Amino acid sequence: MNAKKAKKEKAKKEKGDGLIRFTINGQSVQAREGWTVLETARQYGIHIPTLCFHPAVHPIGSCRLCVVETRQNNLTRVVASCITPVSEGVEVLTDSEEVQNVRRWVLEMLLANCPASLQIRELAQECGVTSTHFTVEHPEDACPRCGLCVRACDEVVGVRAISLGNRGVFKEVTAPYHQRSTDCIRCGTCLYVCPTGAMEQLFPQVSSE
Amino acid sequence: MGDAMAQVSTAGKIEDFRLPSAEGLAAYRESILAERDPNRTVIIVCHGTGCIANGSPKVAGALRKSIAAAGMTAQVIPQIKTTGCHGFCSRGPLVIFQPSGLFYQKVKENDAEEIVKTTLLEGNPVERLLYRDPRTDELIPYDYEIPFYKHQQRIVLRNIGKIDPVDIRDTIAVGGYQALAKALTSMTPEEVLTAVEAAGLRGRGGGGFPTGRKWRIAVENARKNPGPVYVVGNGDEGDPGAFMDRTLMEGDPHAVLEGMTIGAYALGAHQGYIYVRMEYPLAVRHLSIAIEQARALGLLGENILGTGFNFDIQINRGAGAFVCGEETALIASLEGRVGEPIPRPPYPAEKGLWGRPTIINNVETWGNVPQIIEKGAKWFSKLGVPHSTGTKIFSLVGKVNNVGLVEVPMGITLGRIVEEIGGGVPGQDRFKAVQTGGPSGGCIPYELKDTPVDFDSLSAVGAMMGSGGMIVMDKRDCVVDVACYFLRFLEEESCGKCLPCRLGLKAMLEYLDKFSKGKGSQEDIDDLHSLARAIMAGSLCALGGTSPNPILTTIRYFKDEYLTHVVDHKCPAGVCKDLITYSIDPEICNGCRACARACPQGCISGEKKKPHTIDASACIRCGMCMDECPVGAVMVE
Amino acid sequence: MSESFGNIEAILDRFPPQPEHLISALQDVQAKFNYISPAVMRAVCDHLGVPISRGWAVATFFKSFRLEPRGMHEIKVCLGTACHLKGGARLVEALERDLAVTRGHTSKDLNFDLDTVNCLGACALAPVVVVDENYQPTATHRKLKKVLKELK
Repeated sequence: MNAKKAKKEKAKKEKGDGLIRFTINGQSVQAREGWTVLETARQYGIHIPTLCFHPAVHPIGSCRLCVVETRQNNLTRVVASCITPVSEGVEVLTDSEEVQNVRRWVLEMLLANCPASLQIRELAQECGVTSTHFTVEHPEDACPRCGLCVRACDEVVGVRAISLGNRGVFKEVTAPYHQRSTDCIRCGTCLYVCPTGAMEQLFPQVSSE
Repeated sequence: MGDAMAQVSTAGKIEDFRLPSAEGLAAYRESILAERDPNRTVIIVCHGTGCIANGSPKVAGALRKSIAAAGMTAQVIPQIKTTGCHGFCSRGPLVIFQPSGLFYQKVKENDAEEIVKTTLLEGNPVERLLYRDPRTDELIPYDYEIPFYKHQQRIVLRNIGKIDPVDIRDTIAVGGYQALAKALTSMTPEEVLTAVEAAGLRGRGGGGFPTGRKWRIAVENARKNPGPVYVVGNGDEGDPGAFMDRTLMEGDPHAVLEGMTIGAYALGAHQGYIYVRMEYPLAVRHLSIAIEQARALGLLGENILGTGFNFDIQINRGAGAFVCGEETALIASLEGRVGEPIPRPPYPAEKGLWGRPTIINNVETWGNVPQIIEKGAKWFSKLGVPHSTGTKIFSLVGKVNNVGLVEVPMGITLGRIVEEIGGGVPGQDRFKAVQTGGPSGGCIPYELKDTPVDFDSLSAVGAMMGSGGMIVMDKRDCVVDVACYFLRFLEEESCGKCLPCRLGLKAMLEYLDKFSKGKGSQEDIDDLHSLARAIMAGSLCALGGTSPNPILTTIRYFKDEYLTHVVDHKCPAGVCKDLITYSIDPEICNGCRACARACPQGCISGEKKKPHTIDASACIRCGMCMDECPVGAVMVE
Repeated sequence: MSESFGNIEAILDRFPPQPEHLISALQDVQAKFNYISPAVMRAVCDHLGVPISRGWAVATFFKSFRLEPRGMHEIKVCLGTACHLKGGARLVEALERDLAVTRGHTSKDLNFDLDTVNCLGACALAPVVVVDENYQPTATHRKLKKVLKELK
């Protein structure tokens, strides 16, 4: 960049053009205030794996597959890129050792806990994980409890027929009292957003009759 | 306990008039003190949860009866006062005479008559009820000379054991609310904030974040975005083995209320919440009564002490979720949602309850505030050590002689706490490890007993101060088992939102389960470290983020014990079921058959009055035989 | 347990119709009605303006809420660290065998609820068991059998 252009860019920046400049894997990127790191990466075609993210609903940072390492002001953190707002001058690394370690173990745990999901096997394979150290206890389970179905029913459809009940390892997608929902309108949005095919199994149990 | 609680309240009706000003408070205090004869004997009967469970209400009742029957003249009839926990829980029920400090321990209902006769009427101590130092064998009649108390520095706990927590007049008599009056009438909010900053107070709930800095963030955010600011007292003490907050809320609820009101003044807040675990019904009750009485006197609510400052407090009860001790989960719970944390930043001081700047501090932290204001930041900053000023309350539990609650200046060594104050480990000459920081913390081995107990020194050895639970372990405690215990605890308490925690705890347990069964390898130990790193980095909140700590510290300091499990297939402490055998020592067994009767498998056999044997193939290692044996003939190896 | 359902309005009227009161309202109705039946849940949710799915999520997230009728007597075994070190886990196992019930559930004769609690803060009395709000300090299997016998 020649000196005149550089001066112009600097002036534009100082005037406050509403753009936030930072780097991803060393590459300079620009984003608008309010964007997340994940959105910016997608804009630039930089791949970050996700599971619980869907553009139609608010992100919650639950699966942690989208983690990235950020470095700013001598502070290094590992954060979920889907919920991390962009900030000026931050260095983002999408494939550092720390990030790869998190992804590898999360995928191994997903393989053991959602063994019935083809999509998860494929996602794991993309990231180089083909086997797991952990015991498979429920061979028919495909649900990673990402909550996309619940969020879609809430934010997109507004019916709120299902929710995530219980907590911890007992967390489950269900309609109240494990009965079929009386509020469900059978629109099928939950089936559409489910990233693992689990909702196909669950739908007959939670949907209205 | 239901009945016992009904007997606890001794307060008469508090006059329903609002104190019009700070001078009004001072005058009221004078009038209370004028009514009280400082030389009149007051018999204090501890009514902390522990002593109540051991029958202290019956002791109080029996004393009242015996005193009434003794026919003393009205002037010398001693008052009986029920108070919060004195901290020396292993010796309860406790009865203490004021003003002398005469200290009776393990008092039973039928000791009342003798106490009245020998001590009240004849003026002599009942020797068998006095504390006897197990090391020197000498009797120590006065509480202030007993080593357990002598080596403590009770500042936050100073009133507990002296005041009746459900009678605000006691609190006022010992100087309560003077700090609030000082803050409201002679200090600006900024001056209060600066005092807390200068004191160096750090959060007592576990994080140890500088309190003043947190408050400053909230004030700045409120300036940028005008609107309500909230203060919250975190009484969701969930670390197993910790009961500091319970004791404070039960025994001196006004310390918390006053601290929060002073903080609210500094922060410009007008609404506060105290979030109390539902497992602490007495704390909820005492706080509720305290709030009512404070409101009646105009020390809470509108126009406090006539200064125009408004602030009120609401109590919210927890509903059985450890994770709600985490700030953002607590906020979710206050908003009527499931207690799932959200990532920080934004921190609650920036954006918390209802999206507004919210200061959440542990109730012990709030309990420190009045003294900082009354005695000054400089005084406070000289206590403890430079980066961990002040004192800290610890619950000393487990394999230690003096189980109870202690308050010590920061910087005292771990060994001094366990040995001088705790009285050492029963039956053994040293502790094996001390676990601090609950499920987020670590085990500190005996070799590191000279570690100063302050925020940074504990972090440096891989442990964590945490909320103050200090669990002492001895040779019969297995570190693999303890690591398993904390992981299982967290597995039940995990909110389940993020994968590294929801599935990671289960994953770590798979490894530990393997080790406790004598299986596994060095490669497994290495894999576990890598998994732990992933969980620490990837978890959404500190529950998951710190969950590997107990494993990592035990592997670091007790590697040999892990290897003994994995390589030698033995559990040296005799705990891990798959690696131990129960047997009966024929030299000791007297054939009483208590074990055989208790055995659920029916696998203990033998003739009456002759040594018995356990059939190891049918034994499920439930331990009932060992618990029932009156002569200690059952051995585990 | 067989309270007239009309009483629920008296309890709910204490709460302004805002979702933030969900947990407090559920606590108060459970205290009165012993557990949160589907009808009780609907009444609470309708009053506060909360979807049933959220009421369900909250009631199942927090472990103090019961969605099935509770037993006559409640046994809580503390599994805090101090109690664990003093044999708390063995006590729970023994009670599970005695009452033929798994922790977190009610015995078949509906007499006893067996539950574990995470630290009651009475660590000097470890191991602690609470039977119907009465604390049993330094509990042993033998002492508990006696207490339970008297309750049957």
